[in-house]
Amino acid sequence: MAVASSNLELPENVVVSKLDELASWCRKNSLWPMPFATACCGIELMATGASKHDLSRFGAEVFRFSPRQCDLMIVAGRVVMKMLPVLQRIWQQMHEPKWCISMGACASTGGVFDTYAVVQGIDRFIPVDMYVPGCPPRPEQLIQAIIDLQDKIQREGTITGREFDTRQRQERKRALVEITSPHTIDASRNPIMQRELAAAALPRS
Amino acid sequence: MPYHPPAVDDVVAAVRDRFAGTETSVFRGQTRLVVPEPQSFDLLAFLKERGFDLLVDVSCVDYLDYPDAKHRYGLVYLVANTATNQRLTIRVFVDDPAPTVKSVVPLWEGANWLEREVWDLFGIQFEGHPDLRRLVMPEEFTAHPLRKDYPLQGRGERHNFPVITRDHS
Repeated sequence: MAVASSNLELPENVVVSKLDELASWCRKNSLWPMPFATACCGIELMATGASKHDLSRFGAEVFRFSPRQCDLMIVAGRVVMKMLPVLQRIWQQMHEPKWCISMGACASTGGVFDTYAVVQGIDRFIPVDMYVPGCPPRPEQLIQAIIDLQDKIQREGTITGREFDTRQRQERKRALVEITSPHTIDASRNPIMQRELAAAALPRS
Repeated sequence: MPYHPPAVDDVVAAVRDRFAGTETSVFRGQTRLVVPEPQSFDLLAFLKERGFDLLVDVSCVDYLDYPDAKHRYGLVYLVANTATNQRLTIRVFVDDPAPTVKSVVPLWEGANWLEREVWDLFGIQFEGHPDLRRLVMPEEFTAHPLRKDYPLQGRGERHNFPVITRDHS
């Protein structure tokens, strides 16, 4: 918190700060995680929330299974391409401001599952704020990631969410492999792709 | 001492009597019938009449580049007689360009999802199947990934999704 300038006389128990910092302070200490647990990382995620490691010491123990009530998505485990539209839809259903932790080797890079069905890193398709290495990571590592995320929110956060204007930064991270043929998947059966195509067809006003 | 299921000699004799083109072989006490594709449905119906009331599994093997293989795909039907515990393996071989066999869903309802899985992963057409959709791969997938000529890392399907940025939400 910023220190008040010396010529201003403040009564007792009054602190002066910036609104941005106050909002970030509230947000970082009440992260509500959305557990997107698909594999063994999910077990460590549960251990993190349980009594021994006790995520509630950091204000992030309120796991909610509805994206409408959450502001921190923890993707724990491998994501297959059948699950990816679900992941994207859940991410879109969460309210701003929201953050994402990619937990474990599989969520971050695909891990050992370098096959046709497994997405090679969720950061190619949704924004990610923190990566947790490990296979699976121990609860201490996840807690460290949440502490680091809290630090990031406090440092960068603004009440209007200006820090989320990262479109250009993110687009450079587009899929590393060039798509060889546009016909390898049938876009007419994927609702999110349909929406994208419809939006692209509309003239920009 | 390995367990050997009860002998199936009587059934095999009856099958050979009725279906001339059938070949038989035995491996470690397990009997296998190789039947030409046009007769497969009739043979399985015949076996069901003879008491083989349980369809254990329907699966497939791709013999592309396999030494001495005469056909591309080999379907595997495992059937069992729950009264006598007799077991039989039935092999049916099919080939490109349009590998097709008759569906056995009219005989065993349980074949429905088994055949859908084989269709999904190997692209074998099951004639007369009531609902031949993909079972495990996503609907927008167009390939049959367990075929040997399909690359392990796919043809770009796993990258072919829209990217959601912070601006989208």
